[in-house]
Amino acid sequence: MKTAAYCFQKLLGILITMFLVTVLTFLAFNLIPGDPAQLILGTEATPQSLAELHARLGLDKSLPVRYLSWLGGLLSGDMGISLQYSKPVSALIFERLPVTAWLAGLALVFILLLSFPAGVLSAKSSRSFLGRLLDSLTVLNLALPNFFIGILCIWVLGLVLHIFTPGAYVDYRQNFQGFLRYLIFPALAIALPNAAVIAKFLRTSILAEKNSGYVATAKSKGLSDNAILLKHVLKNALIPAITLFGMIIAEVFSGSILIEQVYSLPGIGRLLISAVNSRDFPLMESLVVYIAFLVTVANFAADLLKRAADPRMKSEP
Amino acid sequence: MKHRFVKQFLSASVAVAVLFSLAACSNTNDLSSGSQTSNGKGGTFVYGVQTQPSHLDPYLATSADTRMILFNIFEGLVKPDKDGNLRPAVAEKSSISADALTYTFQLRKGVKFQNGEDVTAEDVKYSLETAAGLSGGKVLVAELENIRSVEIADSSTIKIHLKNPDPDFLPYLTTAIVPKGYDKQDTSPIGTGPYSFVSYTPQQSLVLKKNPYYWQKGLPYLDTVTFKLESDSNTLLTDLQSGSVDGAAVANNVASQLSGDFNIIATNSNSVQMLALNNKAEPFNKVEVRQAVSYAIDPDAIIETVDFGKGVRCGTPVIPGLKKYFDSSLTHAYDRNVQKAKQLLAQAGLAGGFDMTITVPSNYTVHVDTAQVIVNQLKEVGIRAQIKQVDFATWLSKAYQNREYQATIISVDGATLSPKSYLGRYVSGNAKNFINYSSAAYDDLYRQATEEKDETKRIELYKKAQQQLSKDAASVFLQDISNINVFRKEFSGFVSYPLYVFDASSIKAAG
Repeated sequence: MKTAAYCFQKLLGILITMFLVTVLTFLAFNLIPGDPAQLILGTEATPQSLAELHARLGLDKSLPVRYLSWLGGLLSGDMGISLQYSKPVSALIFERLPVTAWLAGLALVFILLLSFPAGVLSAKSSRSFLGRLLDSLTVLNLALPNFFIGILCIWVLGLVLHIFTPGAYVDYRQNFQGFLRYLIFPALAIALPNAAVIAKFLRTSILAEKNSGYVATAKSKGLSDNAILLKHVLKNALIPAITLFGMIIAEVFSGSILIEQVYSLPGIGRLLISAVNSRDFPLMESLVVYIAFLVTVANFAADLLKRAADPRMKSEP
Repeated sequence: MKHRFVKQFLSASVAVAVLFSLAACSNTNDLSSGSQTSNGKGGTFVYGVQTQPSHLDPYLATSADTRMILFNIFEGLVKPDKDGNLRPAVAEKSSISADALTYTFQLRKGVKFQNGEDVTAEDVKYSLETAAGLSGGKVLVAELENIRSVEIADSSTIKIHLKNPDPDFLPYLTTAIVPKGYDKQDTSPIGTGPYSFVSYTPQQSLVLKKNPYYWQKGLPYLDTVTFKLESDSNTLLTDLQSGSVDGAAVANNVASQLSGDFNIIATNSNSVQMLALNNKAEPFNKVEVRQAVSYAIDPDAIIETVDFGKGVRCGTPVIPGLKKYFDSSLTHAYDRNVQKAKQLLAQAGLAGGFDMTITVPSNYTVHVDTAQVIVNQLKEVGIRAQIKQVDFATWLSKAYQNREYQATIISVDGATLSPKSYLGRYVSGNAKNFINYSSAAYDDLYRQATEEKDETKRIELYKKAQQQLSKDAASVFLQDISNINVFRKEFSGFVSYPLYVFDASSIKAAG
């Protein structure tokens, strides 16, 4: 199958997925109980003021009409106005995006820095003390959910050792260095469980590759263990890890939703939670579509990478 | 070649890790103040709140949590004090005509808005007409609907004429006075209060600074007050412990985890926690069943269990802080009596008990805990209750608005210092009457009370109305939950009100 045809097929898949996402999110959010106007007005609301606000927010129209106007807006790049903040949704997202992007970016850097050395080292010396220690640490990180690691970090590093001040977040527009410094621990909390997944995976696939025929051939040629590992084994073992990395990107995004809440970071995740709690329809629908889009594109990129890395895939139907 | 790749990779990782941790160790920005001040003047203060302001325009802000913050920016002709009395603010003197149809106010001289402009009679007329919907718009503040017209008698005298006599209209005149024609209140509010608005960043903070033109000399003390918007009680606790927040109103379980760096002041929350019984839902449409539930429940045990023994028992929807009107004789109207409860159930034809559901908004831990205590208490009289937790948005639209519930637990507060704020809700057909209570006797007593011009008689009538609610066991009015206010020790001057507000003007930083 030619790469162009393959890409076309994938892109079509993305389009269909995105369309289904818009329908499902719109339906799901509109079927759960809860009225944004009622939430804005609280228990002092009167029937008049509710009706007024419904009309002002455009909630008095029928579902299909609202869906189509929202979809039309999305396609033309207009995500509508947030009901609770009275600001354009796009402005809110772009204000928050740098926070989540930097958080996710840092987390990915940490994942790479931690998972590959840990995976390779524990496979290389799988029977030594170091290998066993690394493996145990990996299993421990696999077992702990990221928000728990986040809370542990706050408690130990923040409140006991005073390495950083929890809650002392600074805006990226005011002090970028301070902002990045504050993101280190939340990013670490997202990275640890995910790095553990990749490390474990890499270790297993390296150990599996070590038993294959070409390793014995290379050994008989007199190549050193390290040379075999780097030149042959790692290359083959990395292919499944790349696929996994595509999934990890989605994990990092969902992890950041929880972690932003734990660390009070004003990113996309916290915006989404507040949008759901206050039934801010335009905001939550656009956010879900946006996140779904990022995840599908990340997966698509991972697929392309895998294709480039694995010559066998190009000949597959 | 041996080990070189691995070594390089490892050393690079270690180097990066060291760099990062060094960066992390270097001083982080500390939001907290602790700044030295002289004679209690100046300084900054960070107050943690667990909510989001909805609107900043005082005529659109209906949620209690927003009003709590706006209390520092806006003032009315009168404003409440800590004892629940109304004191002159933008006005200096007020008088009421004998027929209770006209209120006359002398404006205070020298009052300025936060932008430095004088407050004129024109501004006052504009403010009240806008809020009451007399200038072509809709009624924004429902309580002001009774205003027929606002008249400027002279440059410093305002007369407010009512449609119907109301001797108790003054509490509603705490409505904000705003600059005439100013249309950016929702994004950049301007009032006459002790603090002026600086910025609002959703989910992060709302910042106020000292208003240099404030008419009360010597107030406020602080230069800056930041309301830090926390996502939940856990992050609030962490921020209090770490020093990025200086004060907050917290739940008992949070207060108990704070060190000795804090002064802890318990006050009433000025809202009444109730087990609301839907008077139209089976079997609570029978008065005997409602009375049986009232006898089955022990508010003291609830206060002991969920409120560390600090709440105040009620027995009526009026808060104890509204001393004049609160009928304390009702507190023990239904002391726990299992025998009597069973007897009443038998009278209602439910000797074998019945099944019921208590719907609770899951974001209020205190209500969820209360529900658990109540389930156990009801079990002893044969009532099998189960708890259904829903998120607040669902509770508001399904239970509160559509009244689709059997029983629910919630705290209800009043927007003003008037008994109407607490009792008007239970008049038949009132849109806010979410318990579907309907009693001709109550409606009549309430109407008489609102029309009575003599204060002593009026108080008596309001008490009679409360007695009627109690007799009919409209719902179970449990307690005024305690509010625990915690302040870092370098701050003093906290004043509590019989209203849900936070007054930052009296807070001082240690000198």
